[in-house]
Amino acid sequence: MSVRRLAEQQPESFAFRADILPEVERQIAKFPANRKASAVIPLLWLVQKQEGWVSEPAIRVIADMLGMPKIRVLEVATFYTMFHLEPRGRHHLQVCGTTPCMLRGAEDLKDVCQRRIGKKFAVSADGAFSWEEVECLGGCVNAPVVAIDDYYHEDLSPDDLEALIDALARGEAVKPGSARGRQTSAPEGGAKTLTSASLYDGSLAQKVALPNRPAPAE
Amino acid sequence: MLEDKDRIFLNLYGTQDWRLEAAKKRGAWNATGDMIACGRDWIIQQVKDSGLRGRGGAGFPTGLKWSFMPKEVKERPHYLVVNADESEPGTCKDRDMMRHDPHLLIEGCLIASFAMQAHACYIYIRGEYVYEREILEQAIQEAYAAKLIGKNNIHGWDFDLYVSHGAGAYICGEETALLESLEGKKGQPRLKPPFPANAGLYGCPTTVNNVESIAVVPTILRRGAKWFASIGRANNTGTKVFCISGHVNQPCNVEEAMSIPLKQLIEEHAGGVRGGWGNLKAVIPGGSSVRMIKAEECETMLMDFDALAAAPHRSGLGTAAVIVMDQSTDIVRAIARIAYFYKHESCGQCTPCREGTGWMWRVLERMARGEAEHREIDLLLDVAGQVEGHTICALGDAAAWPIQGLIRCFRGEIEQRIDRYRAARDVHVVRTPVAAE
Repeated sequence: MSVRRLAEQQPESFAFRADILPEVERQIAKFPANRKASAVIPLLWLVQKQEGWVSEPAIRVIADMLGMPKIRVLEVATFYTMFHLEPRGRHHLQVCGTTPCMLRGAEDLKDVCQRRIGKKFAVSADGAFSWEEVECLGGCVNAPVVAIDDYYHEDLSPDDLEALIDALARGEAVKPGSARGRQTSAPEGGAKTLTSASLYDGSLAQKVALPNRPAPAE
Repeated sequence: MLEDKDRIFLNLYGTQDWRLEAAKKRGAWNATGDMIACGRDWIIQQVKDSGLRGRGGAGFPTGLKWSFMPKEVKERPHYLVVNADESEPGTCKDRDMMRHDPHLLIEGCLIASFAMQAHACYIYIRGEYVYEREILEQAIQEAYAAKLIGKNNIHGWDFDLYVSHGAGAYICGEETALLESLEGKKGQPRLKPPFPANAGLYGCPTTVNNVESIAVVPTILRRGAKWFASIGRANNTGTKVFCISGHVNQPCNVEEAMSIPLKQLIEEHAGGVRGGWGNLKAVIPGGSSVRMIKAEECETMLMDFDALAAAPHRSGLGTAAVIVMDQSTDIVRAIARIAYFYKHESCGQCTPCREGTGWMWRVLERMARGEAEHREIDLLLDVAGQVEGHTICALGDAAAWPIQGLIRCFRGEIEQRIDRYRAARDVHVVRTPVAAE
């Protein structure tokens, strides 16, 4: 378990921006009308997209929207570790530190963050960066992985990460994916499987007759 | 090596387009209507005959699980929930299926929902997989637009498919914690019984399946249960996507035959162990939750449920995430990091897990430095045994097993480290607090 509390300094109020409201409605509409509480995680996520973090007034607003007691929304916001309960940098780095990434050099990436950005969860002086160590991101064959904002940067060396931080500091967009030019999760140097052309020539789209079909009813 | 023609995920690496037209060209949505016309009993029987065992870790027979759903729909609707909360350290297979072959999953959702008389299905994807979620949502929109799913679709079974997501909680991969989360609560597992097939999402009959279990079903039906059952060994059939990470030359995901020898898997697909096979120290064969196996055991090990679960190693196939560690690995620290993972991810509901995971992690951290006593190794084993099997869900077991595996394989190494620490400081007894935080 991790202990998480709301920030001491809170804004006065919260309201969803008009351009986000359709997405809010779409998320709520995914669930039965009497089960609106199911949308609480997607809505908290949208709050975070808009504000960068989840504030106490936002928790109240969501509780009202979904007809939930405020304490239930607070429980959810503090239980799930992706919700930031205090402001973060404009770019937030999630460095995976779990064993598969650790075996391939995540410790060095943490050192880079420590040196370039500062302590975990602290926002850098210019407000541009913050970072944290997270548990397994689920990109283990492309370890070590760092999620920058929403997307995964993979196969990173310390130099690669420094270059990414430099680019972000210059205001450039960074391209997610493998830093070593790998094709996603294929072995480096090229896939050894799925190389037959017949898989992709459309022959598999020809209508198949199902094997073991039941005899037609009498 | 499995032949390409027997692979199911033809776009595992994303070299092709994931969109509907390209997916159809690769065989997705082929004869789906015919499958539905064959009826739900036929579908469930085919899945049973194929020998498919759940791909999320536990390996429960999928067809049997489906047959637990009530035969008739009464006042409560049925639901299918797809567990895409892939967070087991070492595992990244569902990610590739969702971002590169989403239509196989969508087709599987329709077929499985029809077989269990569900008109609605939720895919619960972990919050960190933002890109995968975006692709999946787009693919679902395509399927709706093409009338493959939705109300009055061409398959004749009204079916709505929704994607929802979590926000960073490993425990939501446990099926009842996932259902709690999907209902908008903290992800704390439920006591069972009742099982989800009786009272799942919103108290309605629900089946929760892993992404891979669902996504392989359409191809099994297209090619026949016999085809799937002919791959691998008896009771361990079919193809499986393996994730090979850690100290190998070419870490990768690959779809292979079940029961492939571990050595072949590592050498043929992952470019071998870094520094050669002789440099291998140990392998965690099924995601962080299973007990590790020693290098000499890796020589002949087969990658399937039964071979890995056998004594004396009592490991498991889990999610088939192979974490390879070479001789340079500080094995105690590697497991201490896994122990930290379980401490961090414990939901806090059951005392043995909430307190035990933290206690075990702290002891392991000290052991990694050598700052411990010999008797504490047995104490640690004892505590791990007290956590195992004494919690609502399997997270307690998952926290205990890696530690038990470490002590079985490398007890001598821990003892040496303790001796070295003492020799360097000329102490006989290390006095360290063993209390709670």
